[in-house]
Amino acid sequence: MNVLKVSGLTKNFGGLCAVSNVNMELNERELIGLIGPNGAGKTTLFNLLTGVYEPSSGKIELNVDGKMKSIGGLKPYVVTAMGLARTFQNIRLFKSQSVLDNVKIAMHKNIKYGTAAAILRLPKFYAEEERVQHEAEELLKVVHLYDKKDELAKNLPYGEQRRLEIARALATSPKILFLDEPAAGMNPQETAELTELIHKIKEDFNLTVILIEHDMSLVMTICERIYVLDYGKLIAHGNPEEIKNNPRVIEAYLGEEI
Amino acid sequence: MKKMFNKYNLCWILSMIGSYVLLSVLMSAGIIDSVYQTVVTTIIINIILATSLNLIIGITGQFSLGHAGFMCIGAYSAGVMVKQMPSMTGFMLGILIGVIISAIVAMIVAIPTLRLKGDYLAIATLGFGEIIRIVVLNMKITNGAAGLVLPKMLNFPFMYGVLMLCLIVIINFVRSAPGRACISVREDEIASEAMGINTTKYKVYAFIIGAVIASIAGAMYAGNFYVIKPEMFTFNKSIDILVMVVFGGMGSMTGSVIAAIVIGLLNSFLQNFSSVRMIVYGIALVCIMIFRPSGLLGTKEFTFSGIGNFIKKRKEVKK
Repeated sequence: MNVLKVSGLTKNFGGLCAVSNVNMELNERELIGLIGPNGAGKTTLFNLLTGVYEPSSGKIELNVDGKMKSIGGLKPYVVTAMGLARTFQNIRLFKSQSVLDNVKIAMHKNIKYGTAAAILRLPKFYAEEERVQHEAEELLKVVHLYDKKDELAKNLPYGEQRRLEIARALATSPKILFLDEPAAGMNPQETAELTELIHKIKEDFNLTVILIEHDMSLVMTICERIYVLDYGKLIAHGNPEEIKNNPRVIEAYLGEEI
Repeated sequence: MKKMFNKYNLCWILSMIGSYVLLSVLMSAGIIDSVYQTVVTTIIINIILATSLNLIIGITGQFSLGHAGFMCIGAYSAGVMVKQMPSMTGFMLGILIGVIISAIVAMIVAIPTLRLKGDYLAIATLGFGEIIRIVVLNMKITNGAAGLVLPKMLNFPFMYGVLMLCLIVIINFVRSAPGRACISVREDEIASEAMGINTTKYKVYAFIIGAVIASIAGAMYAGNFYVIKPEMFTFNKSIDILVMVVFGGMGSMTGSVIAAIVIGLLNSFLQNFSSVRMIVYGIALVCIMIFRPSGLLGTKEFTFSGIGNFIKKRKEVKK
């Protein structure tokens, strides 16, 4: 069953066509890779899907309780509430907040007390805060950051900041998780750990994962299907073996043979 | 119920009651004479103003320079009502009307301007603050530039009660999910929105709560100082409040409280040296900014649980 369906998606910035006529289908519990040379429009495509940009034309449909709903042009927080979470290419944590608070903030939409209950400190407030505390701690255990829950996010080493971003995205209880270059700047050992983590959360949380990545060892090991983007157009699509041997992909990455 | 009265909250309640008892004993013993009572009242009003502005600037990260405008609304609503109905009921009604008007005005101001960022927002709110003052200056009911002369309505216990109420509202708001949402807007608006937080909504929330509390502070001012004039609520007043927020540390409520007290005491102390007053005041501010660029407390809060943890750690180190 499709969880996300993209048809004819186009985004123009003035005269520049950053994403042009992209068609994609994501199925339930799939792990999809999105690759392409720098400037191919991968992040723009992510930004379109998560509501940061409004599409110039085309359709984005998300499966909400069995019905396909158009989400093109909706605000990012609405899209997130529908079950679509993301991480950022350049880490965007809430830097001066503790690790635990970073996760708690992302649980916002699931908190069932209002501003009035918070100010009056009604019993509901305490019950909900306790639940949120517990759930946030459980999530931190998944990404192995529980020991550092009281540290400020900015004081974490780079690899742990990336893992915290993943935990924070999971805290919004998504159905589809978008990871924008999760292994950027990591050494091979950290990348291997991350590969394992992505695989684990996909299974444990019943997620569809789509990731942008330049590290081919990661992409080729875990992705079931790969989309290749070049100059805003999808140039290839298939399983890792097919992509490795696709002449157009090789051309896009290495240039034309003379 | 048990959680509401944990030992740290009890510490706060005790220190609230303690400082009240201390101040009123000192007042009745005559150690705090009528001159210093004015200082205490000014400090109370400034604490309310500084913490409410800190909610907007320090917590939510929206740089507003129109705070004096909301104080003006509160002062004049209370003042006009007392003129019509010179009793405590009239004054309370005045506060209520001020709260409603400032909430509506804050919403009208917030929705278009909070799309702006940083200095643009500062200029826009500055403009709105001045508009409020000019409107008050030109209305008949407010008696224009001459202002209103009012009886003294408030005593110390009432003022102290209002102060505590305002502080509890602000601090409870900050330390809850909506407060965390506001902080996340300050930290990174794009990430905050991507985490499912309606950033516009929480910016408007913080702005309205801050404005409403500033209007209460304005009403306190009107009920204490006999005269209110539009010229008291100029841009300079907004800057005064901003200085307290920056001085105490943006994002730290306890910092704002301490800053309002320190600046209040400094001001009253320097009154005796009126010729060099502004120079010393200026030097004091410059020194703070050089030695503690993020304010007295930075973004940290003074908490009893923090002290508790500190003592625990010291004990462990000794062992």
